[in-house]
Amino acid sequence: MTCRFLRTSLAVSIGALLIAACQPAANPPFDTTRLAGGERDYDYPFVNAFAATVVGTPIGYKAELPERVISTRRNLTVFEGRRPPEVFWYDTALRFSLAKQDRPAPLAFVVAGTGGNDTSPNVRLLERILSAAGLHVISLPSPTHPNFIRNASTTGVPGRIRDDAPDLYRVMKLAYAAVAAEIEVTGVHLVGYSLGAWQAAFVAKLDDSEGSFGFGKVLLINPPVSLFKSIEILDRLAEENVPGGMANFSAFFDRIFEDFAEVYREFDRVDFSQDFLYRVFLRKEPGETDLAALIGAAFRLSANDMILTADVMTRFGFVVPRDQPLHATSSLTDYFLVGSRIGFSNYLDSFYAPFFRAREPGLTKDALIAEASLEAIEPYLRRSGKIGLIHNEDDIILARGEIDYLRAVFGERATIYPTGGHMGNLEHHTVVARILRFFRD
Amino acid sequence: MAKPQSSPHRLFAALLLLAPLLACAEGARTAADREPPVFQAAEVIDTSRRYPIQVPDPLEGFNRAVYNFNAEFDRYLFLPVAEAYETVTPDLARQGVSNFFANLGEIYSFANGALQLKPIRAGRAVLRFSLNTVLGLGGLIDVATEMGIERIPEDLGQTLGRYGVPEGPYLVLPLFGPSNLRDTVGLIGDTVAYGLVNPFGLASIERRYSAITGLRAVDKRSQVSFRYWESGSPFEYDLIRLLYTKKRQLDIAK
Repeated sequence: MTCRFLRTSLAVSIGALLIAACQPAANPPFDTTRLAGGERDYDYPFVNAFAATVVGTPIGYKAELPERVISTRRNLTVFEGRRPPEVFWYDTALRFSLAKQDRPAPLAFVVAGTGGNDTSPNVRLLERILSAAGLHVISLPSPTHPNFIRNASTTGVPGRIRDDAPDLYRVMKLAYAAVAAEIEVTGVHLVGYSLGAWQAAFVAKLDDSEGSFGFGKVLLINPPVSLFKSIEILDRLAEENVPGGMANFSAFFDRIFEDFAEVYREFDRVDFSQDFLYRVFLRKEPGETDLAALIGAAFRLSANDMILTADVMTRFGFVVPRDQPLHATSSLTDYFLVGSRIGFSNYLDSFYAPFFRAREPGLTKDALIAEASLEAIEPYLRRSGKIGLIHNEDDIILARGEIDYLRAVFGERATIYPTGGHMGNLEHHTVVARILRFFRD
Repeated sequence: MAKPQSSPHRLFAALLLLAPLLACAEGARTAADREPPVFQAAEVIDTSRRYPIQVPDPLEGFNRAVYNFNAEFDRYLFLPVAEAYETVTPDLARQGVSNFFANLGEIYSFANGALQLKPIRAGRAVLRFSLNTVLGLGGLIDVATEMGIERIPEDLGQTLGRYGVPEGPYLVLPLFGPSNLRDTVGLIGDTVAYGLVNPFGLASIERRYSAITGLRAVDKRSQVSFRYWESGSPFEYDLIRLLYTKKRQLDIAK
């Protein structure tokens, strides 16, 4: 649930980033005492939650972390013999990353947020933080990422935690088995952010009964409470903040691109990094409406990927006719347009609910909404001392009252910052120091 | 994604001829027989409008086939070679190679800056080329950038765009990646002009030692972080098409 569109698209469009050079085998130790003092003063600069969510942490407020972590990508076959549909011919294995220490160390699993995978900026950042803390790190895609849906989902429709948690747990066990010979593991931890944090809570509960890992510590960063409330909030952002609604997205898109072009013209050299985004922000001072519309559009883009992937994998007939053959060269542009316009309530009523009702007669929409909440495992969350929470008072994905609910449930195990929006402050020195301390104490 | 400025002509021509064979012809659609989906374009979308994602792409089937071909080429040949190159070559040497080819690129920037009647832009290219060639050991060190004179690449596609030549249909070129009719004409024009003008005898040197062209391409690839299918999005082709088009519009306006 981040501005994946902005970040990945900018990175992809120019693509002139230098690739990591010759790589040694493991990550060198990092002196974390340099960061320890940072926890006292929280000076995150954005008071506007939408600005924080889009722009992140500016230079000068970032923690000093090793620039690069040596991390290798791996392929995993989750279900033997599963073949992708022709239109997804290129996607034949689940992909995850391993960043290892050259000595015995605890292992942390990282679960990405909505639509993210092991290369998402927030995952890469957590990989750097946890490596600096001296942990081996295995980074996994979100069960909502198309790569996960195609290769590791049992149902083909992401979102239902009673399916997603075991699917994720299966991938963790397989990934661990695949790298066990390379690393010496002294304990296992679990970290998730955004939707990944929400899922991590359920996976922790599952592990308590199955016992494959026996997680030592579980850290939840900016999770939603009620999944569907958060999705509704994000889904409304685009419709309500793009002037004239999503039907008039063209004009909004052109205007935003114009703003980029204007700043682009003023600077001789442009690297299209997050720092460029920050410069655009300072120069254009976009209003809250534009920022909210951008976040909404980015969310719609992720949701769109998910909708088409699920529809193709299940042959449900939601946007693609059930018996329409899709080839490796078929145009998908119309499905993009339809998917970006449908809106979440239509998806819930006409795909998600009927799909699961067909497998479980009598299942109501209200029951589906109720089960998709941390409230469903509240007693577990209250008594599990190993679970910690980091959140922001102004996180845009939370409904009214939900931050107080989290405070009540997690008590002393919650660290809640006054600002930072949704995931905007993850790189802030105070927050990084907090994460390091969580794994040190 | 980025376009090396010199082309392995013969391979290019062969691939252009081969590419249509790679495109699967789509069978006649019998849409009327099919059960319609819950939501379909005709009902949800106002078809009288053009949305940003709808970049004119009359050859989409062909383009997608070439896109898929490029992805496989990248995966099995281009990337492994680029990665091996990164592994065996020290950082400093690779930086030198990148700088050297970028410095040659100033020739295009000068010519196209001049054609666009942008004397400052053209002068900057000359200044950068001179500084880097003389003080930067023949272009191996980018002293100009260190002195605050940054590189602004110009090409014939941008020049044509500057004079109002429309983009034409979107094209995915074998090996070169995203383009459009105008930029393809520009690419061919730049390449032919380079061969004819033969600045400092460089073109004839490259013709004699084709390994140089290969090195240039590998250098370019190792500078680009793009990986096919990495976005995970089923709409990657559509998004790249949109971003390429918008990026070129920005370049031309710049």
